[in-house]
Amino acid sequence: MNNRNYLLPVATVGVLALSLTACSGSTGGTGNSGSAADTDCAAYSSYGKHDGKTVSVYSTIVDIEATNLEAAWAPFEKCTGITVKYEGSKEFETQIGVRAKAGNAPDVAIFPQPGLMADQARAGNLKEAPKAVSDLVDKNWSADWKKYGTVDGKFYTAPMLANVKGYVWYAPKTFKDKGWEVPKTWDEMLTLSKKIADDKAMKPWCAGFESGEATGWPGTDWIEDVVLRAEGPEVYDQWVSHQIPFNDSKIVSAFDKTGEILLNQDFVNGGFGDVRSILTTGFAQAGQPVLDGQCAMHHQANFQAANWPQGTVVAPDGDVWAFMTPPIDPSRGESITGGGEMVGAYKDTPEVQAYLAYMASADFANNRVKLGGVISANKGLDPNNAQSELDKQSVKLLQDPKTVFRFDGSDLMPGAVGSNSFWKGIVTWINGTPSQQVADTIESSWPKS
Amino acid sequence: MEFIGGKLLQVVIALAVFAAIIGLIMLVVDKAPKSSKDKLTVIGFLAPAAILMLVGLVYPAIQTSFFAFTDAKGQPNGVDNFVWMFTQPEALVTLRNTIVWTVLVPLLSTGFGLAYAVFIDKARGEKVLKALVFMPMAISFVGAGIIWKLVYDYRGPGIEQTGVLNFLRVALGMQPKQFLLDAPENTIFLIIVMVWIQTGFAMVVLSAAIKGVPTELVEAARLDGANPWQQFRNVTVPGIRGALVVVLTTITIATLKVFDIVRTMTAGNYDTSVVANEMYTQAFRAGEPGRGAALALVLFLLVLPIVVYNARVLRQQREIR
Repeated sequence: MNNRNYLLPVATVGVLALSLTACSGSTGGTGNSGSAADTDCAAYSSYGKHDGKTVSVYSTIVDIEATNLEAAWAPFEKCTGITVKYEGSKEFETQIGVRAKAGNAPDVAIFPQPGLMADQARAGNLKEAPKAVSDLVDKNWSADWKKYGTVDGKFYTAPMLANVKGYVWYAPKTFKDKGWEVPKTWDEMLTLSKKIADDKAMKPWCAGFESGEATGWPGTDWIEDVVLRAEGPEVYDQWVSHQIPFNDSKIVSAFDKTGEILLNQDFVNGGFGDVRSILTTGFAQAGQPVLDGQCAMHHQANFQAANWPQGTVVAPDGDVWAFMTPPIDPSRGESITGGGEMVGAYKDTPEVQAYLAYMASADFANNRVKLGGVISANKGLDPNNAQSELDKQSVKLLQDPKTVFRFDGSDLMPGAVGSNSFWKGIVTWINGTPSQQVADTIESSWPKS
Repeated sequence: MEFIGGKLLQVVIALAVFAAIIGLIMLVVDKAPKSSKDKLTVIGFLAPAAILMLVGLVYPAIQTSFFAFTDAKGQPNGVDNFVWMFTQPEALVTLRNTIVWTVLVPLLSTGFGLAYAVFIDKARGEKVLKALVFMPMAISFVGAGIIWKLVYDYRGPGIEQTGVLNFLRVALGMQPKQFLLDAPENTIFLIIVMVWIQTGFAMVVLSAAIKGVPTELVEAARLDGANPWQQFRNVTVPGIRGALVVVLTTITIATLKVFDIVRTMTAGNYDTSVVANEMYTQAFRAGEPGRGAALALVLFLLVLPIVVYNARVLRQQREIR
């Protein structure tokens, strides 16, 4: 009978220990090399032979995206003998700092945005990129992109994949039936909006900024697009790095300019109601009225392609298609905002350097983009490898040497602004607070020092 | 797959080690000499719980208290966080809302719960009637938030309404209304959700207490010619005072900590934020752990007197018995 005394405490402890270890996160498998069976290794000879070596890679990318990523470097693994040990985690943003501090850093980290990478570089954790990688980036990417991998004059990370913001989605058939033309400038877009509003068949715009605690973020994309197009990349950079205050008159006027569309009761919010219904409409549902003929245009990044209902054809002659938000000052040419990952290393062993070089190469970009769902700004990428019409268009835009590219501004601002007060500011702005007051409030939340 | 295997092995080893240590402690306690056995038994059984408490509750509480006096970079900054809390308009709104919540929710929930419990007492179908009101209690706060968000849903005039309330408004010839966007009444619309959940709890506890009031007392009052209100006021209420205090304090504490409803329905936008929501936002989204910790500390100080009062009333009652 005495035995029974042990059972309860032991069981309790067991449950506790289980629940504790359950928190320790998921780990991915190692790379698969199945698809690489018939690879021609000649193209990979420059990376050398590193038989039996491993490179550990850590990033935010999980699920199918992670599988595709691993497939994209499978030929590299096969030809160089390097095993890439990949681990994806949604907790990457908080964990990477912890792991680096604890001396448990991965060999390579794929950063979802430059801010976090810069923190790691300044903390002295990241290794500078080897010359070979730097040269590759000079060759394959525009200077804009290289700048985002550079911290305090030193180049650390090569870009990997990219996404493009600022698309305006519309139904080609509606435009054709009504005789509307895709606008070439911001002013033409306003004229078209006016025309659609006067036509009374539908509202020209629909928008939805609701996204749980991140409510407001689609609005930050609007403002960023307008600041970049109206004031140019120099002012955009100054704004994002706080060299000019958030309540600078140029930024306030960008709010006002955006407001000509978003705060205009005649222009929004097709299918949902008045201006303020933008705040209660989920961002993923907000484009639906374009298909239903209740709204003509919807502003959202290239990933909106995945938000349309199953079976929607995204093509120039399909159900929906998108044009890039046109320039405000046509003499400046095309400028776009977007995002992308950055590949940085915590070690500088030969196998890590070989891996970095491969990730910066056109081969990787082509291998990965061929598998679908993503694009890259790598100039060596063949646009025909992009798997959808929209992706092809995005790649062409990104590769055009005349295109000015800027990273999503809210991703570059400090968290207190970029993922808090800027979002909240957009919410109060749509809810009726004047632009100047909104900008003042956001400025006051910018961390001192 | 070797990764997962490794993890599993880790789990098994951790379990075995933990079990072995605890087993050893129990064994030692059991085999201890008679003279010190009682003391050892007490220590042996309390120590694991006490250690877990220290590691999981006391240590984080102390650390949070220290955090409250540091800035975003972890450098000490005196009482800056508290100055921010009591001067920034945004933070003041948060404190104001928390006060509104803590005053209204316990009073309304307990009031409705008590009234309902009294009226359905000994009524036909009491069990069904009780279950109806108790059911929201079984829904998580997040679930309730989502349900009510749909209830308050808005579409512009002339567009088919998707929210029940706006559908009714339009059917009655009124304009649809954005329930959640206009301060300060939007806080009231959020409070309704919490009251909807908590009324069931108040009702069940109070109903049980009412049934515990001795029938002789009620009968005596009736024979003395007391009308129903006097019976309720002078017999029932004093008889259930203990239960009332427990219900009020429990709901007050739950309300002070309210987070899920606000985060789900408005994410603290439109001047609806409360202390617990702002604590999370500051600590985990704005990258200001110091401010978050300061808010947590204030929340703790607000809850403390209620817990103390609750404990004292319970002890008094035990003494009476």
